[in-house]
Amino acid sequence: MELLQGTLDLLILRTLIFGSQHGQGIARAIQQTSDEELLVEHGALYPALQRLEERGWISAKWGISTNNRKARFYTLTSAGRKQLVKETTKWNRLTAAIGRVLESEEG
Amino acid sequence: MFGRTRKASDFGAEIEAHLEMETDRLKEQGMSDEDARTEARRAFGNVTRVQERFYESSRWPGWEHFWQDLRYAARMLRQSPGFTAIAVLTIALGIGATTAIFSVVDATLLHPLPYPHPEQLVSVIDDLPGVGAQDVGMSVPEWHDFQRSGIFEYVAPSGGGDVNLTGSSQPTRILFAAVAPNYFALLGVQPELGRSFNPEDTTPGFTLEVLISDRLWKGAFASDPQILGRNIRLDNDLYQIIGVMPASFHDPGQTTAQRNTELWAAAGLAGPPAPDPLRASHFLAPVIARVKPGLTVTEAQSRLDALVASLQKEFPQDYPLQSAWRVRLVPLKQTVVGDVRQSLILLLGAVGLVLLIGCVNVANLLLARASARGREMAVRQALGAERRRLVWQLLTEGLLLSLVGGIVGLAILYCTKGFLLQIVPDSLPRLNEVTINWPVLLFALGATLFAGAIFGLAPALHAGRQDLTHMLKQEARGSTGSGEQARTRRVLVITEFALSLVLMIAAGLLLRSFADLMHAHLGYNPQSVMTVRTWLPIPNDLATDVYRTPALQAPFLREVLRRGSTLPGVEEIAVGNLAALPLGHSRTDLNPFSLVIEGRETNANQAPLVDGSIVTPEYFHLLRMTLLRGRLFAQADDENALPVVVINDAFAQMYWPGDNPVGKRIKIRVPGDRSTFAWNTIVGVIADARTESLAEPTVPQMFLSLYQRTAKDWAIFLRGRLDTAAIPAQLRAQVQSVNPELPVFGAQTLHDVVSASLSQRRFSMEIVALFALTALLLAGLGIYGVISYIVSERTHEFGIRLALGAKSRDIVRIVLRQGLGLAIAGAAVGLLGALIVSHLMAGVLYGVRPTDPLTFAGVALLLIGVALLACYIPARRAIRVDPLVALRYE
Repeated sequence: MELLQGTLDLLILRTLIFGSQHGQGIARAIQQTSDEELLVEHGALYPALQRLEERGWISAKWGISTNNRKARFYTLTSAGRKQLVKETTKWNRLTAAIGRVLESEEG
Repeated sequence: MFGRTRKASDFGAEIEAHLEMETDRLKEQGMSDEDARTEARRAFGNVTRVQERFYESSRWPGWEHFWQDLRYAARMLRQSPGFTAIAVLTIALGIGATTAIFSVVDATLLHPLPYPHPEQLVSVIDDLPGVGAQDVGMSVPEWHDFQRSGIFEYVAPSGGGDVNLTGSSQPTRILFAAVAPNYFALLGVQPELGRSFNPEDTTPGFTLEVLISDRLWKGAFASDPQILGRNIRLDNDLYQIIGVMPASFHDPGQTTAQRNTELWAAAGLAGPPAPDPLRASHFLAPVIARVKPGLTVTEAQSRLDALVASLQKEFPQDYPLQSAWRVRLVPLKQTVVGDVRQSLILLLGAVGLVLLIGCVNVANLLLARASARGREMAVRQALGAERRRLVWQLLTEGLLLSLVGGIVGLAILYCTKGFLLQIVPDSLPRLNEVTINWPVLLFALGATLFAGAIFGLAPALHAGRQDLTHMLKQEARGSTGSGEQARTRRVLVITEFALSLVLMIAAGLLLRSFADLMHAHLGYNPQSVMTVRTWLPIPNDLATDVYRTPALQAPFLREVLRRGSTLPGVEEIAVGNLAALPLGHSRTDLNPFSLVIEGRETNANQAPLVDGSIVTPEYFHLLRMTLLRGRLFAQADDENALPVVVINDAFAQMYWPGDNPVGKRIKIRVPGDRSTFAWNTIVGVIADARTESLAEPTVPQMFLSLYQRTAKDWAIFLRGRLDTAAIPAQLRAQVQSVNPELPVFGAQTLHDVVSASLSQRRFSMEIVALFALTALLLAGLGIYGVISYIVSERTHEFGIRLALGAKSRDIVRIVLRQGLGLAIAGAAVGLLGALIVSHLMAGVLYGVRPTDPLTFAGVALLLIGVALLACYIPARRAIRVDPLVALRYE
């Protein structure tokens, strides 16, 4: 399943709520937690991370990964946490609304 | 924001790390190294594309937009060169003028005086407020009291004048100052060559040591390296040069003459030739002082007040209570700048106003264009341009316009700098310090940005407020913008017209006065006459003056006349004093003689004062003056004969109206001459001539004979077919062959003297005319902007009218009527203002009434003509509207 535009940001923020993670880890996590349903093109991840960092929702610093590789680790900031709550609410309302529409079509 | 701080290499490293980790993971799942790598890359997608996106996002979008706006703005300005030229010129004018005035303000008011610790320097001024007298001068004992008071580091009086310098390459007349020996120690300035005066010197008279200016050293002494210790003579007295002041040093005087001082002589000012140092003898002025370090001027003033009070108690005879003697300290900078401060600030304000009106005009033009571009803006907005971007873009256009204008203005200013400094009266203090420096450039930049913001914002705000759908549907059909805006613009145009009418009428009246003055009947003939000046010395010891009596002076005078008449081309020759040089002397060169008329009671304090000249008998014929009664001077009227006087008709009419004054006797007290208080017989009356002022035909005057009086300030008059280039040197050789010590200078044709006497008048006329033309240009521009705006707003309406059969003539008439209404309203207001102003100007007008109908009507017609012309251009645009195009956008 391809990602809807704008949902990648939400997924990244959501993934980071469990703690710092590097880009490759985020990509893995999204794929795994969605039971491999969502395919993230890894390349698309990095400009998105850059954008989120510029907006101040996540911060980044270089560190060492579990298998001893240099990697850039991203952490959710407090602004990012608020943004996540906002985006999640918005997303839930949207899906609920779309769901209602689709149900009424069926009925 | 943060993206700018991250390097692309860092981003690349992150991608590299990702690929490595992904390869590791895939290998753990059992893939071969090569397969794992390929799979990691496939899952990543296009690496190059991702990096490009990083570049794009990391660039600051503002800059890109700015460049885009700038390129677009430049293209827009190039597309309408006429509009751009007018707008740029208007701004250039405003910014050039404002910057010019600011550079003067900067040099005169803002810069500290060019001496160390200038804040400690003060002028010390004696006042007698009890008798209403200000700046009466200080006495020598007071000076010494103040010097010892502990309030000041130094107190130094000075006094100046001009003097004959001999001992240089050529005898010359120079400006000099007699200063206290501590003068330069007080100012804190050292000579560039040699040494300064000893500040502790207590010689009562002149110390016989002098310092010279750099200019005098380079000029009169040809930069002689052996200058130190050289002996010179000043009015025949011997002095020694001990130093040369730096080129940058200027005396901190209040007058042009003081500022251009070329030589300083140290003097105790307490012995001859100065008056006796009595406490009541107030003759020292100006006096400057340096306040002790650590004291403010206010503290020094209060301590000085206490000292003055105790001196008044100690010497009640010298300081009567009713005169209320007081001594005032004024910061030196204030006295140097003098009264110019207020007029300069006023001028800066006026020029700033011109700039502001210019800006508003350009804003109007831009508004007119903006409304014509309303659809363009609306379309761009509909295509997704943010409103903020559009506003920025309009603002960029305004700023670009003002920057180009500012640069052109500065360029014009830079090119005309020399000329401008020439037409400024050199009485302006610190003129030599005026330059275009960094503060001035910064000011120009500030003014430019300010101007750009003003007229860039107007259309930008306008665009920002526009309703998109409204604009797209109907391009401002029938609407004429916000009513308030339109009214403001109209009021502005009316004001501009009124203002320019007032200025044009003032300029017109001054021009007519000037023309009349040029053709005034002089009463003498300046053609083919040349004058050359010399000055007989006044030594410190008057007994050594070789020309101290008319009898001692006469042989020299006869020899100069004889030798001068042998020069090639000379047909007539005469000598007079400076007061006899028609229009060639300022009022201060005159010493009005006080009179006693035989047979009339005269209060000694109220003796009539009459301007008098001292001349040789040939003077009247040389200048072609007309004898009305009696006779002129004869050769027999010498020092042994009875003293005689010739008067002019105005004098005769004033004291003997309807009577013959010939044979009447008067006593004349010549200032500084005690021996001449004898009866003088009036022997002749000449016709009035405009020798004092071109504008005043009848000034009472009298003439005494140079064979019966002495004069030091000589003007030698020559008439004939003269070689004006060669005569000065030839005459100098002849005069100096009689007395080699005399300076011979100031050669001028009398015609030049007469026309130079109008220079002040010419200057003010040119300034007013310049302002008037600027105002006219602005008014024309203003009405053009408003009418263009109205036309573009009503394009649709005109289209309908044309479609319904209106003739283009009718459309033109509608537009012109709009413009004419504004112009006439402005002219009406302006006429009222002009009537007031012209009556205030009555004093400077000559030969033309303040309500001269020709000037008033002519200027009003000219103004309306300009208005019609300015409206005709947009009117033509209105009739060229294709009805189809105008109607299509329904």
